[in-house]
Amino acid sequence: MECQECHERPATLHVKQVINGQETKVSMCETCAKKKGYITYPEEGYSLHDLLTGLFNFDTIKMTSMSDNQLNQVKELQCSKCGMTFSKFKQVGKFGCAHCYESFASKLEPIFRRVHSGNTKHFGKIPKRAGSGLQLKKQLKSYREELQQLIEAEAFEEAAKVRDKIKALEKGDKEPEAGDGS
Amino acid sequence: MSLEHFIKEALSPWMHEQGPDNDIVMSSRIRLARNFANVTYPILAEQEKLDDIRSFFKKEYEHQTFQNYKNLEFVSIKDLTPVEKSVLVEKHLISPHLVKHDEHAAVMISQNEQVSVMINEEDHIRIQLYFPGLQLKKALEEAFDFDDWIEEKVNYAYDETKGYLTSCPTNVGTGMRASVMMHLPALSMTKQINRMIPAISQLGLVVRGIYGEGSEALGNIFQISNQITLGKSEEDIVEDLESVVNQLIDHERVARNYIMKRSGIELEDRIFRSYGVLQYSRKIESKEAAKCISNVRLGIDLGIIENTSGNILNELMVLTQPGFLQQYANRTLNAGERDVLRASLIRERLKLEN
Repeated sequence: MECQECHERPATLHVKQVINGQETKVSMCETCAKKKGYITYPEEGYSLHDLLTGLFNFDTIKMTSMSDNQLNQVKELQCSKCGMTFSKFKQVGKFGCAHCYESFASKLEPIFRRVHSGNTKHFGKIPKRAGSGLQLKKQLKSYREELQQLIEAEAFEEAAKVRDKIKALEKGDKEPEAGDGS
Repeated sequence: MSLEHFIKEALSPWMHEQGPDNDIVMSSRIRLARNFANVTYPILAEQEKLDDIRSFFKKEYEHQTFQNYKNLEFVSIKDLTPVEKSVLVEKHLISPHLVKHDEHAAVMISQNEQVSVMINEEDHIRIQLYFPGLQLKKALEEAFDFDDWIEEKVNYAYDETKGYLTSCPTNVGTGMRASVMMHLPALSMTKQINRMIPAISQLGLVVRGIYGEGSEALGNIFQISNQITLGKSEEDIVEDLESVVNQLIDHERVARNYIMKRSGIELEDRIFRSYGVLQYSRKIESKEAAKCISNVRLGIDLGIIENTSGNILNELMVLTQPGFLQQYANRTLNAGERDVLRASLIRERLKLEN
């Protein structure tokens, strides 16, 4: 169906009005509907984040059925580092600092799941410096898996090489770990 | 000041290079969101903290060179005129968000304009890296190297299970948005794109028009990017995106051939009419200009229009934006004046080709 205003774009908005038993139907495209005031946008226009803050608020219905005591607990969830409260976070859709992830941890899993198609764990890049320990861990894990496979395949010569690699890594691992207080 | 060449030229230097599938894919981009581990995010941070960050980048990275990314220019956004700001946005070197919150914001741009690092945007650090044509993997590699270089001096906010901790939950994990800018005139003409967009969204990817508002894509230019940043590695995300883009390229090519066969003369007529409008009009609105530029670019790709560079689409799309026009005129222009200048700039630019 084409837009009844501009007759150019397809109609995507359909409104049926019944006033005093008199029925009128309107079918318009987004642009014309906006011009005619059928839809309004906030100043910045529609953004993904607006949609997301909507998603964050999914537990408001649950909150109304909670006792006052529980409600207060929910309200008081606040980041100790930057002072961001959980309700403010839901409103703006942004964390205040890296620590917020820990402060709101108990509430975040369902949000991540919604936003990232059910995923809650990172599987990508590990920073070189900040994650040097992690990178070692990951490397060791993959060597151990390789070792297991080699043993199962009875490729013992190869397996010995991988075992030595693991040993070397574990040795080298100790020094930076001990020196790095964080 | 060397900011000048960022502002004066509509085409960034890297756009002059040819990339794979250049006729359909205009550019590939990788954006990485990063933050300092122990500093509150820009949305809540104290003013001085944000200024500290800005000073840190100026001190450590101004005029530095990393591999092909030479002589990083450091620019404080609040020092720019409104027109200069719009030009940088129109060239996609900075985001509208950075301009809106410009008090402590800055950007570092490499000489070839391939890398820009936004400072104190929604996150402390946003690295963007462009490549011509479809080169997502290459762009990812280089972005990772650049990221490692920055990390040498910055303690990133990172968590073992959640990855890079960003201000918005939609970026957590990889902090990466990979995107591709595509010119899809045949899929738009045949309306196939409308059926493909919902299918693509089901794969965790987003399609949107770059220019124009709402759902319409001015100039038939679409951006396709990943939505999900958690649970998949950067390489996998890029691979998924690339495979969808490759399919879109194939469909676009098929659609182009189909239109050529079925209604070649109508298509040729449409392309040459648009060419005529661009060559001779005295006043042109951005919408009409975008439509005609898209048609002419298609004509070039199909060999219907000869002796004109395909790069003209990228160049004219930027050249005809309001900020760029006003920069050229060196004063503010109202809509009517812009239409006149736009028409005259396009005419001149096309004359250069012949």
